[in-house]
Order: sequence, then structure tokens, then C-alpha cells
Amino acid sequence: MEKVLQVKDLHVSFSTYGGEVKAVRGVSFDLYKGETLAIVGESGCGKSVTSQSIMKLIPEPPGKIRSGEILFKDIDLIQLKEPELRKIRGANISMIFQDPMTALNPTITVGEQIMEGIIQHEKLTRNQAKRVALEMLTLVGIPNPEIRLKQYPHQFSGGMRQRIVIAMALVCRPDVLIADEPTTALDVTIQAQILELFRDIQKKTGVSIILITHDLGVVAQVADRIAVMYAGRIVEIGTRREIFYHPQHPYTKGLLQSVPRLDMEKGELIPIPGTPPDLFSPPVGCAFAARCPHAMEVCERVYPLKTQLSTQHHVDCWLQDERAKNLVPTLV
Amino acid sequence: MSTYLLKRFIAMIITLWLIVTGTFFLMHSVPGSPFNEERTTNAAIQKNLESYYHLDEPLLVQYGNYLKALVKMDFGPSIKKSSQTVNDLLGRGFPVSFELGFYTLILAILSGITLGVIAALRHNGIIDYLAMSIAVLGISIPNFVMATFLIEQLAVNFPIFPVATWSSPSHMVLPILALATGPMAIIARLTRTSMLEVLTQDYIRTAKAKGLSPVKIVFKHALRNALLPVVTVLGSLAASILTGTFVIEKIFAIPGMGKYFVDSINTRDYPVIMGTTVFYSGILILMLFLVDLAYGVLDPRIKLHKKEAK
Repeated sequence: MEKVLQVKDLHVSFSTYGGEVKAVRGVSFDLYKGETLAIVGESGCGKSVTSQSIMKLIPEPPGKIRSGEILFKDIDLIQLKEPELRKIRGANISMIFQDPMTALNPTITVGEQIMEGIIQHEKLTRNQAKRVALEMLTLVGIPNPEIRLKQYPHQFSGGMRQRIVIAMALVCRPDVLIADEPTTALDVTIQAQILELFRDIQKKTGVSIILITHDLGVVAQVADRIAVMYAGRIVEIGTRREIFYHPQHPYTKGLLQSVPRLDMEKGELIPIPGTPPDLFSPPVGCAFAARCPHAMEVCERVYPLKTQLSTQHHVDCWLQDERAKNLVPTLV
Repeated sequence: MSTYLLKRFIAMIITLWLIVTGTFFLMHSVPGSPFNEERTTNAAIQKNLESYYHLDEPLLVQYGNYLKALVKMDFGPSIKKSSQTVNDLLGRGFPVSFELGFYTLILAILSGITLGVIAALRHNGIIDYLAMSIAVLGISIPNFVMATFLIEQLAVNFPIFPVATWSSPSHMVLPILALATGPMAIIARLTRTSMLEVLTQDYIRTAKAKGLSPVKIVFKHALRNALLPVVTVLGSLAASILTGTFVIEKIFAIPGMGKYFVDSINTRDYPVIMGTTVFYSGILILMLFLVDLAYGVLDPRIKLHKKEAK
């Protein structure tokens, strides 16, 4: 399969008064054409920072991409200057943000906000741009697009606004769409519609989607592959099937166990004890060791090597080491 | 829209009436009268004068008469400036004050907004600190100090502009500069604060993610949203600047209407006190109305009239 985007050993940190927060500490992944890669993890694990770094949208300062490569069509986005980046933003890689209520400018018509992206990137007249905008609105399922185009964001409901945001992001037919918690601010029925829309659009346009979320229910519905992030690193990555049915990292297992299910008895939910580590001075070894029920001495001292379990499935955990199987009796 | 305008107009009339009533009775409750001076006037003459200006009638009757005249836009005669009506005074003074105020406002708004936007874009940089230092100076230096400073530097030490009076464009430069620094500083600070807040909004990030240039982001997406608070202060600011300022007009010997505000109170020139107050209030109410209209233009979420339900 063709790789559209490669992230290699990305390090991002933020300088604050309290010191440097190492938000992303060596993230690597590939994004294939036409797939949906979900990045999951709890708040503060660095998933949003990772996605915003891809478009270089993290505010600098205080943020800084310390090292790494983000390859898009063999161009390293990290090395690009602002004017070149602007040509890629919105045109080749575009982004959908969490809250559709605030992501649209309240004083500009929806049509204008969709059209300005096309006009910026493609040599189109206003009339041609308007035609494309109308097509987009129809694609994302907005009725009466002619009338809607002239309206302002406050005249739309939350779900409709998210559709507008999606139309805005797709208007230049990008290769990569980064959706940062696109359904978190919506209620469940609208959420289902929007996810359906994502699948539909992907089928029609072949866009690759990076879906940032902490909602495993959403992931189960749309993701082809899943990357689990913890404390600024991807600790496990694999296909949806592999992650849901054969999770190998204790953190992934913990996440899955803490999701409520309909067929569960009351009180069966198992939370992960403890809190994520302090990213001012992240632990030397595995960041999850302090909360891990199977932690060994080595876990706290040395970061585990990446173990390849199948062509797609990788995990960073010492429990995969041959020697661990004899040493740890607690391992089930 | 027309129902809104009608409602608004009625509200404006009521407001004006309340101001007229309040001012009228407050003014008469202050001790002293137009004829109460150090040199004693003959009792008979005093009585004649009072009856000539109807000051001997009961207060309520005077109030009724005043309202009646006011409806006909007649502000009455000035007591202290013999043989002149208040309408004459305002008619002569206001155009001058308005001209001075109008240019001042334009200068203050343009430079204030520019300064504020630049400061916000260079947030916490040298330019920001410089712009905000100028703004603090502008707010804290009273305009009469500014005026005398400008006269000394630009009219006396370097005789570029005339010292005073109001006759040619070059005469206007110094008073406009002196009068504009304060409002400019206020507008600059407000614009900066408001702009900084808008620049952190999600829709600005969305605009960046679309690949728009910084110029487009600032002028198309940020500025319009940032201007709302600025427009709010502009209403009262404009009213006070357009109706003249006592100090600046005095310093530059400008024949505006600013001096009547102060003079009339000192001399208890009742019709002039009433006239200037009513006139100022009228302008203020009009400006606030314009501000409300401007809101509707700037922000589509603010609707001035109930259109068809969506």
C-alpha cells in the first residue's frame, strides 16, 4: 500500500514557567492511502499535539518541534517555511477541530468560509468556487445548499456546523484529513451520522483520515488501524481487529477494560489505577510502569524495544521479551 | 425594521424628556440666580429682569413653558449674552466644534485601531511595549498639557503651525492632535486587548488550517470580530468629542460650543445650561443609536429587528 504520510521519531515540547513539557516523545507512524488511522489515548497523552504538529499549527512559542521528520510526498514538512506550508495546509492536508460551535467565524457567511479555501489554493473565479462549495455542501448532506450558503454559522445546529467544517476541510480534495475529536462535542445520534459521513466521504474521495479520539466506541466504528498513545509515545499500534481482540500492551488492555459495555454486569468496570506521569520529567523507562500491574524492575529503568507481532501490529513492552515469560508469575 | 426604528425613536424621546426634567429641576435647586452678583442691583430692576425672563413664575409653570418651547426646537434667549438666543449660540458654536471633533475622531479611530492591531500581532514584543507605552502616555497626559506642549514645540520653538485660532487647515492641526491623543490611546488599548482575545479563538486556527495568509486572517477573520468592544466605547466618545471640549477650545481660542457648558453653569444662565445639556444628550442618544446599528452590521448574530422565524 502507498504511504501518504510518514511521521518519524517526532519530538515536541512546550516551554512553560514550570519548565519544559515534553508532550510528544518520539512518535512514529505511517499513514496509508485511503485508510483511517485512529490515535487514541487519555487527555494529555500528546495525540492532539501530534496531529497539530503535522500541520505545524502548534503555537510557536511556547511549542517547539524538537526533532523528527514528517514526510508528505517525500517533503519534510518540518523543514518547510511558512509560505510553502500555507500551500499545503487546506490543500493537501486539512484539519477538522473538536468544537464546531467555535471553529467557524461567526461574522462571515458559511459560503464565504468554504469558498475562501478554494480561492486561496486553486485558480478559480468566485462563481466556480461557489459551484464547488455547493457540491461540497451536497456531499456532506446539507439540504438547500443554495440558501444555506448565504447563512451565518449561528443559523446552523451543532451537527450541521460540523458538516460545514467537514465540507470546508474537504473542499480542495486533500490527501490527508486530520480529525481532532470530531464528534466529542456532538450528541450520540449526531455522532453516528457524522461517522457515517466520514466513511461515505472516504469511499467517494479516497482521502486518508487520521482520527484523534479518546472514545473507543468511535474507533471501533470507523478505524482501520489504531495507535494507542501514552505519555507522548505510541505504545501499541495495529489493525482494529488486533487491538480490540489481541491487545498486548497492559495499557491497551486497561483502556479496553475501562469501557462500559451493554452486556456487562453492574460494577464490572475496571479503571486503570494511578495517574499519567508528569511530562516535565518523564520516566526513563516505560512511562506506564508505575500503573502497570505487571511491571518489572527493567520497566522502570529502560524503555522497552519495539516488538513486531505481525506485519501491522507493534508493541513497546518488556512483557514481550522471551525472558519475561519465566520471570513474571503474575502474567496471565 | 420600521417598527424597530419607531420603538427606538419613542425610547429616545422619553430618555430626552427624563434628562430635560432632571436637569431643569436640579439646575433650579442650585442656590443663586443669573442676577445674583457681587454688585447689588436695584430691587426694582431685579424684579423687572426676573419677570422679563419669567423667573418669577412658579417653577412648574416655567417647566411647562420650557417644554412647550422645546417641542418647537426653541431653546429660549440667553440671559447673560443679551440679545442672543441659545439657538444662535449653538448654531454658531456647534459647526466649529463638530469640524474639530470629526477630524479628531477620524484620526483617533484610524491611528488607535492601527496601533492596537500592530501591538496585538507583535504581542509582548518591542513594538507592542512601545505602542502600549505611547497609549499609557496618551491616556495619562491631560489634553491641556498635550496642547501646551504641542504649542510650545510646533508653534513656538519650531513655528510650523499657528499658535491658535480657527481659520485655515493648518490652524486645525495642533488642536486635533491635542484632542486626539486621549481617545486614540483608549481605542488602541481596547483594540489590542480585543484582538488578542480574538486571535486565540478556534476559528482563527481554522483559518490558519485552511492555509490563509496572515494578512487575510487578521483583516478578514480577526479585525471585524475584535471591533465590537471598540464600537461600544465609540458612541459616548464621539458624542463628547463632537460637542466640543472646554479646555482645548479655550487654549486654541476656537469659537466652538465647549465654553458654553462651563460658562453657563458659572453664571447660572438657565436657558444656556438647558440648551447645551439637551443638545449634548441628543447627540449622545443619537450616537448610541448609531452604535447599535453598527453592531448589527458587524455581527450578524445581533439582530435589530425580528425577521421571519427560521
